[in-house]
Amino acid sequence: MVEYEPVIGMEVHVELQTQSKMFCGCKVEFGGEPNTRCCPVCLGLPGSLPVVNKRAIELMTKTALALNCSIASQSIFHRKNYYYPDLPKNYQISQYDNPLGSNGYVEISAGGRHKKIAIRRVHMEEDAGKLLHQEGNKSHVDYNRSGVPLMEIVTMNPPPPGLDQIESAEEAREYLQRLRQILLYLGVSDVKMEEGSMRCEPNISIKPKGQVEFGTKTEIKNLNSFRAVYMGVEYELKRQEKVLRAGGRVVQETRRWDDSRSVTASMRSKEVEQEYRYFPEPDLVPMIFNDEWIDELHSTIPELPLEKINRFIESYSLPQADAEVLADTPELADFYDNCAKCSKDPKAVANWVTGEFLRLINATGTPVDATKLTPEHICSLLDLIDKGTINRNIAKTVFEEMFNSGKLPADIVKEKSLEQVTDTGAIEAAVDKVIAAHSAEVDRFRAGEEKLIGFFVGQVMRESKGKANPGVVNKLLKSKLAG
Amino acid sequence: MADRLYELTAHELSDLIKSKQASAVEVAQSFVDRIDAVDERVKSYVTTTPELAIEQAKAVDDAIAHGEELGPLAGVPGAIKDNMNTRGVLTTCSSKILYNYKPIYNAAVVDRLATERVVTVGKTNLDEFAMGSSTENSGFFVTHNPWNLDKVPGGSSGGSAAAVAADECAFALGSDTGGSIRQPASFCGVVGMKPTYGRVSRYGLIAFASSLDQIGPLTKDVTDCALVMNAISGKDPCDATSLDVPVPDFTKSLVDNVKGLKIGVPKEFFAQGTDPDVEKAVREAIELLTSLGAEYKDTSMRSAGYGLPVYYIIAPAECSSNLARFDGVRYGLRSKDSSDVISMFNKTREEGFGAEVKQRIMIGTYALSAGYYDAYYLKAQKVRTLLRGEFEKAFEEFDVLITPTSPTVAFGIGELADDPFAMKLADVCTIPVNLAGIPAISLPCGYKNGLPIGLQIMAKGLDEETLLRVAYTFEQHTDYHKNKPKL
Ligand SMILES: [Zn+2]
Repeated sequence: MVEYEPVIGMEVHVELQTQSKMFCGCKVEFGGEPNTRCCPVCLGLPGSLPVVNKRAIELMTKTALALNCSIASQSIFHRKNYYYPDLPKNYQISQYDNPLGSNGYVEISAGGRHKKIAIRRVHMEEDAGKLLHQEGNKSHVDYNRSGVPLMEIVTMNPPPPGLDQIESAEEAREYLQRLRQILLYLGVSDVKMEEGSMRCEPNISIKPKGQVEFGTKTEIKNLNSFRAVYMGVEYELKRQEKVLRAGGRVVQETRRWDDSRSVTASMRSKEVEQEYRYFPEPDLVPMIFNDEWIDELHSTIPELPLEKINRFIESYSLPQADAEVLADTPELADFYDNCAKCSKDPKAVANWVTGEFLRLINATGTPVDATKLTPEHICSLLDLIDKGTINRNIAKTVFEEMFNSGKLPADIVKEKSLEQVTDTGAIEAAVDKVIAAHSAEVDRFRAGEEKLIGFFVGQVMRESKGKANPGVVNKLLKSKLAG
Repeated sequence: MADRLYELTAHELSDLIKSKQASAVEVAQSFVDRIDAVDERVKSYVTTTPELAIEQAKAVDDAIAHGEELGPLAGVPGAIKDNMNTRGVLTTCSSKILYNYKPIYNAAVVDRLATERVVTVGKTNLDEFAMGSSTENSGFFVTHNPWNLDKVPGGSSGGSAAAVAADECAFALGSDTGGSIRQPASFCGVVGMKPTYGRVSRYGLIAFASSLDQIGPLTKDVTDCALVMNAISGKDPCDATSLDVPVPDFTKSLVDNVKGLKIGVPKEFFAQGTDPDVEKAVREAIELLTSLGAEYKDTSMRSAGYGLPVYYIIAPAECSSNLARFDGVRYGLRSKDSSDVISMFNKTREEGFGAEVKQRIMIGTYALSAGYYDAYYLKAQKVRTLLRGEFEKAFEEFDVLITPTSPTVAFGIGELADDPFAMKLADVCTIPVNLAGIPAISLPCGYKNGLPIGLQIMAKGLDEETLLRVAYTFEQHTDYHKNKPKL
């Protein structure tokens, strides 16, 4: 039987987080009353002219550099001509054969394999408005989004020597997640797939293993989460294989992912190449990029996720998995980094941050950079555990309390008298009381049912309101029960 | 004095207003009355704004009464070609597709004139979307040449040129994509300048061909031309193609001196089809300048002959994209009986655009299509670069080039309607200037059968000063600018 191998291309659109739109001064913001953030330029009113937003070009160049692209010394905008009611000029100012960034890559690791996914181009364009369909065969258009700076990042298939392409649904998801993470680190976009500030359109084809020539590709739209990307690509790969195995032929088309039914369905055929009549935008002048400017931008690129993960592993001796979790967002990574720096035990800090901290962040929906906790909180809590002032279980209670109130752990411990009891006399009394009250269990234990030790520890801890030193409890119980 | 104020030039009116010999309101009223008296025959205006004019004039009089320091155009009535946005005032491009369109913003030049306290009397007729050379392509009506009402005023700024010639305004703004200021100026016997590309902001000028369009003045004499240039020139942050260069005081160039001036006379601009009387008048003008100390030499510009075909690729290509936005979705005409959005687009454009506009959109769409782009658009751009280089070379040798503005004087209304190619030949001398992006001026230099002949002077990029100096000198030694049509 023929074995098939997939070829997956990714076209990702990212809305840049600039103050104003790409070619006018209107504010960039999600939502808002329809058509309240518009002007003659982004409404495409007759006579209006575009002016390039320098900040958007900066953010995009920074991104292209972070994606290991080369930057054009001169780049121009083109007009992409097509008619659509959400496109106020009926052309989109975009880039064509002279993109700002080209020939880069994104490093991913999926399924234990490390890959450098080749990027063909990074270019700049303007977003369109939004069609709002209403009942009764009526449509309205909201142009708030019209003219928002949009960056397009396209992978290269086949990749050049030394680089790779995406070949599975898992890699597709990993590529997107890594890309999103890089963009978050760069602070160029809020990259929210649900809100559409990051949109991805994979194109997918399969071919008999070893065949050089690509199969017919389909494009998937409406993938609004990483999960949807994974499932959509997976579904499409299987669907195409089924079609081919049945002796059919894959049709070149755009397919829409239906999240509720977990299937892709045909949207429109793309057998005929759309004619965009690209030509250089005469209302704008060429952009010239000199080396100093590029170097300056380069120097503003922060430590990127992969570098950060590697540093965490090396400097703090963290396992890969923990380092990945901690480097997920720049805010979390910075938070951990600061805690680790003030602590003697970065690994223990990592456990607390990936454990209790993230649990509480998720449970309360608090953004990491809005937490009341500071590195000082975490480090002094660890100190209290180290010194034996509190035990680990009590520490969790203290952690939650300081997360909620922002009080320092020592104050919480004092206020609620949570100091660990290490006084053998007091613990011994509790142990004696428990043994006396549970003679049946004592007998069973002595008859060899040793797992009951847990039960006795629990009873003693309850007796001491959780404050007893667990080590001492264990030791005393063992000697008394043995006797 | 007060009964024929409309006959005066802008600078003469300015002097009267400033010295309080006439109030701005009297001046405005004089023009309003003049429009009432003659526009029925000339039909220069698509829209007149008499109330607005009087209101603006009152404000000028108040300012003068308060001792405010005002510029030289304060209280001077001007007209604006109807392809420039005027907030709250109809702006139609003489197209049915923009019928009833009132913009929400002013073109940059309109704002600049407002800052100068110019009084605006109306919006002038043009060939629809500035496409044409006779104003016969207006979607509304034809404008008549004040020198002979059976003749065209030229185009596309025919309304502006006719309004200046008929004393329906003291000056007007036009736009020039392939000769649309200079050719009507020539036909109507007034002064018209196309500035260097980028000298004047295009923001708010409804685009025909973005890389060629340029706004400029149509005036009764060269002094007024310099005054209006002072008012409208300069970098605009809203127009990325406007040039960030210092603007000289153009009135400083109003000097009667052409000693040592090197004039080139490229023979390609006197090609077949040039009326011998036009050529004669132009040669006489050159002789006059040489008698005043200039030197001239015949020269050749081989690629100038390609100007017309190059223009008829680039301009339609850009226009096919620029005019795509007129689709009935947001403003202007929307066809009533459409069942879905595509048919709304199609029917709106079918009903809204005239034949000439449709033809150019189709040519441009074709020229940009995959498979034709390289053969047409790209090749045209290459020839354009050659042409530009040839002009640069010519200006290493010459200070100015002098040619006829148009090969003929004004033709009859309807005369060339069935011969679109002959009509396009009317722009053969003016088009290369737009392709090269250089400035040029047209001023009257003679008559044939009572119709004015235009002299075109070109200079290198950003050298409007030399144009003004040469034109001013010529004007000082001739009387053409003083003659008026009898209406
Ligand atoms: Zn805007």
